[in-house]
Amino acid sequence: MYQLTDVSRVYKQKNRTVTALKDVTLTIPDGQMVAIQGPTGGGKSTLLQMLGALDRPTNGAIELDGTVLTKLGDAKLGSVRGSDIGIVFQGFNLIPTLTAQENVETALVPQKAPAAERAQRARAALESVGLGERAEHLPGELSGGQQQRVAIARALVKEPRVLLADEPTGNLDEETRDEIMELLEGLWRDRGLTLIIVTHDSAVARRAQRRLHIKQGHVREVA
Amino acid sequence: MFGRYLRRELGNRRRQTVIIAIGMALAVALVIVVNAVSAGVKDAQAQALASVYGVGTDITVTSTPQRPDGTTGQGGPQQFDFGAQDGSTSTDGETQEVNQSRLEVARGSGTLTAANLATVAKTDGVASATGVLSLTNSTFSGTLPTFTQGQDGTQGGFAGPGQSSDSGSTDSAPTGGADGAGGSSFGIESFTVLGVDPTADAVGPLSAVTLSDGVGLDKSDVGKDVAVLDSSYATTEDLAVGDTITLADTDFEIVGIVASTDSSSETAANVYIPLDVAQTLSGEEDALTSIYVSADSADDIDAVQTALEKKLENTTVSTQADLASTVSGSLSSAGSLVANLGTWLSILVLAAAFLIAILFTISGVTRRTREFGTLKAIGWSNRRIVGQVAGESLVQGLIGGAVGAVVGLAGVLIVNLVAPTLSASVGSTGGRMGGGTDAAAGAAPTAAASAAAGDGTGQAAGGFGGGGPGFGGGASTSSTTDIALHAPITLWIIAAAVGLALLGGLLAGAIGGWRASRLRPAEALRSVA
Repeated sequence: MYQLTDVSRVYKQKNRTVTALKDVTLTIPDGQMVAIQGPTGGGKSTLLQMLGALDRPTNGAIELDGTVLTKLGDAKLGSVRGSDIGIVFQGFNLIPTLTAQENVETALVPQKAPAAERAQRARAALESVGLGERAEHLPGELSGGQQQRVAIARALVKEPRVLLADEPTGNLDEETRDEIMELLEGLWRDRGLTLIIVTHDSAVARRAQRRLHIKQGHVREVA
Repeated sequence: MFGRYLRRELGNRRRQTVIIAIGMALAVALVIVVNAVSAGVKDAQAQALASVYGVGTDITVTSTPQRPDGTTGQGGPQQFDFGAQDGSTSTDGETQEVNQSRLEVARGSGTLTAANLATVAKTDGVASATGVLSLTNSTFSGTLPTFTQGQDGTQGGFAGPGQSSDSGSTDSAPTGGADGAGGSSFGIESFTVLGVDPTADAVGPLSAVTLSDGVGLDKSDVGKDVAVLDSSYATTEDLAVGDTITLADTDFEIVGIVASTDSSSETAANVYIPLDVAQTLSGEEDALTSIYVSADSADDIDAVQTALEKKLENTTVSTQADLASTVSGSLSSAGSLVANLGTWLSILVLAAAFLIAILFTISGVTRRTREFGTLKAIGWSNRRIVGQVAGESLVQGLIGGAVGAVVGLAGVLIVNLVAPTLSASVGSTGGRMGGGTDAAAGAAPTAAASAAAGDGTGQAAGGFGGGGPGFGGGASTSSTTDIALHAPITLWIIAAAVGLALLGGLLAGAIGGWRASRLRPAEALRSVA
């Protein structure tokens, strides 16, 4: 469960300051599927980065299952990212020189899993997203949807408690978008994940149990 | 994962890998070639010096050259004196055959004493020391008019440039002499002689020779009229073991022939005789022209040099390094070229290679910002990312080092196959090494002069004993040796060169990795968004 208390994030840019999040207090129970919407520059991605332990708030506290992330050092935060949080990016962010199988295996490196175990778990993850036969392909040899499936497999192979997705369907056509969303929903249901999706797409947001709208750093619930 | 990721990255960025590897390879190859050639030049210099000063000689002590005192012996002009009864008169009584040989210290040379040698030997850090007396033997031989010709019959001699003396008769045409008209024909020949201590063989000129025939000088030769000849001189003069050679009108038995350890060079002198005999014949009792010193260890050389300079006045104390500066010729030029251009070129290329590697690595890290941001986002530690970047750079350096080692070895092989011949001249005229030493350094110091005097009018014959440059005193003061350059290769050089390439890779990797580790994942991901 996430607990955010009075979280603010201020960026200093040359001669001005930008408040991306302002006094956000929020609770996200385990196993919930949450969609975060809002205009560009409203603070969606910043909030996701806070939840993903990729950044630290200027003020406030973030807890994940009782662990106060804001008090952890960089190494510990990295460790939390490596074991508890899976992240899917809009641009897939696959390493172009590694095969699909190897890209998935990179997520197991922080866990220091043995090579054989890494290979076996990565293959299973790829099969779970329907890409078992494409394991040896490079990202450049895969379609956008396939690349996002690989990214999802990479996020899930370490069996995290939380899956964060930043515009996971933003670069995909409608048909592929629906495929990816079905895949994510299925995994969420099957694995009991906490799934938090940042999206512009209302069709995607409507699939979520809970919808949050963020504008000028303020978060509100959408009925 | 580390190995696969590294292999894939290097394989997919071939151009960068090749450029960095080529830069490193060039630097490594240059370092190997320059170091090998430099070592070869040093060996050649040592070889050139050894042919003159002997193997193991660390320091030489010579007397500071002195102003000629105008008398015979050291420093004075060459002079031959003939009495009325000298030589043999021809049967017709009109010509006089003369032959006189002198053994003298080279003009302008100062001398040391046995006490100096004892002082040197007692100095801390001196392992062994020996003294030598460097001399020039000059022989005057030829046909002159009978010494009584044109005179009143009571006194001979030469009074002027081809003219009869005042006391002589002037009303009759000159007769006799080499041409029957009062003329002369004579030749003057000189060669170098080195008086060496037969009991000392650890240091000195004879330590750098090999015996090619007969025997060398040993303890039993002290006080004996025996000589060992330089092989080149023996060949030129058609002399062999068992023959005799005349020094200062004394016949010496030739007991041995020696050659330089380097087949292309000559030894330090034409003739070697026992030191005590050389001192007696030259009238330089107790005198030495040089002292050769071997230090206990290479580390002691500077200290010994300083100690000797304090203890010995009016002397020049030179180390091998000082002696090396007396080497001139193409060997010296090659040495300067390697020391200056080669070394700086190596440093420049090495610096450029390092810079290229660092810039490419930093550029690579910048290009891979999203990649490293993603890896951080999925939990990779900074150490892991730094290790990945450093590993990639290290392998690039290793490839460059390996290729460079091969290219460098090929370069050295080519140098050794071509084996350029370098000429080395050692010593200088009456120079800082002392005239004696320099004369000793004259490996080809045979000076021969001849004159045919007289034009039938009795006006051309030059006077004798009137000074002039002196024969022998002007004997050659430098030894010119041709040495084929051999560039040695040592494992140390290869290891050092490859080590430099690895260091370059590591440095580039460390800097690139440091930059990668400073990336904050959110910023890294945001920067490409």
